[in-house]
Amino acid sequence: VRAAARIPVYTGPFGPEQAERLLWRAGFGPRKGEARRFAKKGLDGAVQTLIHPGREKLRGPAPHDGDGHRLAPGDAWGHDHVWWLDRMVRTSRPLTERMTLIWHDWFATSNSGVGSQTLMLRQNRLFRRYSLDSFERLLLAVTRDPAMLLWLSGTDNKKGAPNENYARELMELFTLGAGRGYTEHDVREQARALTGFENDWKRGVGPTNFRFERDRHDQGVKRVFGKRGRFDWQDACRLCLKNRSHPSFFVRKLWSYFIPTPPPAATLRALERMYVRNHYAVRPVVEAILRHPHLYSGQRMTKPPVVYTAGLLRAAGRPVDTDAWAWLNGLAGQQLFYPPNVSGWNDERWLDTATFLARWQIAGRVLRPLVLDTKTDQAPLDADKLVERALSFWGHPTVSPATRRSLHGFARASLGTAKSSWKQKQYPVLTENALRHLIAASPDLQTS
Amino acid sequence: MADCCNEFSRSSLLRRAAAEAGSGLPAIEHGMPLPAGTGLDRRSFVARSVGLALAVYGAGSLRLPMLEEGIAQAASTAPPASPVLLSVFLDGGVDTLSLLAPVGDPDYRKLRPKLALPDSSLHVGGDDRLRWHPSAASFQTLHNEGKLTLVPAVGYRDADQSHFTSRHYWEVGATNAHLRTGWLGRYLDRVGSPDNPLQGLSLDGELAPSLATGRVPVAALRGADEYSFWAPGVWGEVNDKMLDAIGALGATRKSGDRALAAAGEVARQSDRLRRQLAPFKSGGLASPVPYPKVDSDFPERLAGLAAMLAAGLPLRVVALNAFGMYDTHSDQPEQLAEGLKVTSESLLAFQRDLEARGLADRVLTLVWSEFGRRAEENGSNGTDHGAAGTALLIGSRSRGGVVGELPALRTGLDRDGNLKATVDYRSLYCSLLEQWLGADAGAVIPNARAYQRVGLVK
Repeated sequence: VRAAARIPVYTGPFGPEQAERLLWRAGFGPRKGEARRFAKKGLDGAVQTLIHPGREKLRGPAPHDGDGHRLAPGDAWGHDHVWWLDRMVRTSRPLTERMTLIWHDWFATSNSGVGSQTLMLRQNRLFRRYSLDSFERLLLAVTRDPAMLLWLSGTDNKKGAPNENYARELMELFTLGAGRGYTEHDVREQARALTGFENDWKRGVGPTNFRFERDRHDQGVKRVFGKRGRFDWQDACRLCLKNRSHPSFFVRKLWSYFIPTPPPAATLRALERMYVRNHYAVRPVVEAILRHPHLYSGQRMTKPPVVYTAGLLRAAGRPVDTDAWAWLNGLAGQQLFYPPNVSGWNDERWLDTATFLARWQIAGRVLRPLVLDTKTDQAPLDADKLVERALSFWGHPTVSPATRRSLHGFARASLGTAKSSWKQKQYPVLTENALRHLIAASPDLQTS
Repeated sequence: MADCCNEFSRSSLLRRAAAEAGSGLPAIEHGMPLPAGTGLDRRSFVARSVGLALAVYGAGSLRLPMLEEGIAQAASTAPPASPVLLSVFLDGGVDTLSLLAPVGDPDYRKLRPKLALPDSSLHVGGDDRLRWHPSAASFQTLHNEGKLTLVPAVGYRDADQSHFTSRHYWEVGATNAHLRTGWLGRYLDRVGSPDNPLQGLSLDGELAPSLATGRVPVAALRGADEYSFWAPGVWGEVNDKMLDAIGALGATRKSGDRALAAAGEVARQSDRLRRQLAPFKSGGLASPVPYPKVDSDFPERLAGLAAMLAAGLPLRVVALNAFGMYDTHSDQPEQLAEGLKVTSESLLAFQRDLEARGLADRVLTLVWSEFGRRAEENGSNGTDHGAAGTALLIGSRSRGGVVGELPALRTGLDRDGNLKATVDYRSLYCSLLEQWLGADAGAVIPNARAYQRVGLVK
């Protein structure tokens, strides 16, 4: 699969700053020294490493909850969240995990409607398996996924008594976009095509034995997008993919997860052609987006809360050793497996005064075990050196001149209060702790 | 939460999700109703005039400055005598036969060989059989002063024993799983204003479903003291300078980069909010009477409510969860004693506070629970879900005495062994609406004519 020549490729310098941004957008940020190592690979090498990561290796100790117990992601409240967060932190395939998160948002299914962490994790495995594969295979698998069948009433959609829930979102949110290329009549007919899914309800277990039953399927003729046929659920999906509105919907939406400004018209058209020509393959489109100049020279993006959290843990070299991340990320606005509704999280609205405080608390939780102690640690009575040391703690992230000035201003003011000799010993240590926290909370680290 | 049932923890979780997400929450099991208010849009802002961080529900078409103006205007024009109703919820289903131990009933000890409470001097005026729970002596004080009306067995026929469903019925004021507005919300829809969210205030930080409206906005308040920036390994003057520096991080708001500028703006707003709320932090509230000093927000929130009323904030109905977990399937004695002690002592302090401030004639407090518990104890030192429960109406204008009666245990149990209700909860609601809030009960409670009125207010 070759990227079309028409799609622009970034040709500027590819140093640690560019590698850092790539690692945040296509993953969960660099570990210490990783931005520098990726910069040495050059743009092509760096993107290839992300796109073809090889077998997954998990680095670092296995996760546990706050009591030191192994995680029970299928049962214990919040362990599903922490289990996935750990994978984001330790994986050698960050783009795979990031794509899994993107599909979770794209096909946003909430356990508040499914009521089974086991089924949610099953869906999560599906998203991971098809993370960079074909959107067609992904869509077919999602359509018959038990969590989705429960979430959007797939098994309540009966022959003779159709439920339009999935049919509508299939077109509005998953493949075409609101009011693009379909009518209310198509919704009704697609709902008929999607009948036939059944499940049982077992006491103590809940919903189980999900299946497609041809007898329960409405085998009559349907008329969808002007075509007539005895369509079934696979046809319903493929009709959407073949709809003229689909390629542009797909490319724009996928693009928006990596780059905050919409693609230029020519790039959009070229990416659409590439997508269709490659039979709905996801990988080449992602590859082209990751090489696009707008990713490196364009606007910054606010990191989603779990990306922020996983990134701080990676940068600080911290393992997942508490299940507190589940409620902390919830406070920050992103409880994994509980998107706010079927259209997913609103990427435009991550930050407000409440979620800012939550991110401050997240940074504090990352820092707590590593905190410098005035009894055992020493730090120089020198504002510039303290700022450098604190930046080095986080692996020298890129910070804007405005933030650098704020940090220096704080360090000077803080050291300025050290008027007695004991304060001159202790306050530099406290100041370095505070600087680490301020850097993590800075607008520069909230964004990438 | 080890002692409560799984359904209880799950429904609490669901409710939290409902209020936080405010977006269609499907029933987790067939037949479970959606909490009232699910799906109402939510917006957060600080009402500068009162220094409170508010989440406002159902104000979709209003701009924030209009809401602030509305609050200020309502505060200056609301008739000072407008009645206030406080709804205090005992979460989990409080055990009637412990709150009001029927030591004079010959069957009490048979049904409760382990859990029956001993005879004591905590007589319940008006019913010789009953004694107040030893931890609820403050309720006895209020009752003896004629400031507490006791409704010992309140509920509805064919009681539903699911926390989720029964609580929903109480919240919406009807045994209707599909009703999406709360009974107090519908009252506000009739008398409230379109721009004063404080008229219906939830003090637990999330919308109380009984306050869910269809038309006018209501608000939820998070404790002012929850908004603070703590950093590990930082204290003293360095901490002061660090807090100042959070605002300084806002310097990037002048950046040409949109995301960087927006994040800087949020850092600056957060710093401003922290400063605004600082006077309300613990110790900032000067109450004229002492409240219990315990590890719970409940007394502090009541103290804050009294201060808000004294400051003239335009409140009409307020909802708050009591301290404690009342779903006592096991270890009931300990759980119940702790919950009842803090709750009753805090409510007595609240009454004294209102009296000291000259506000006692304006406020009535309805204490309720989604159901009572099984008359017979279970094998794990606890009790399971029952039917009729107990409600209390506290305040200087509360009529006092006992409304309805606790049925005799031999004849007053239904076929599941649960207490039968002697007063329907909608009788309480209709009577409160008419006698206290001066509203047309028929416009708020479905089929209101069917429910007998009881005397609650003097």
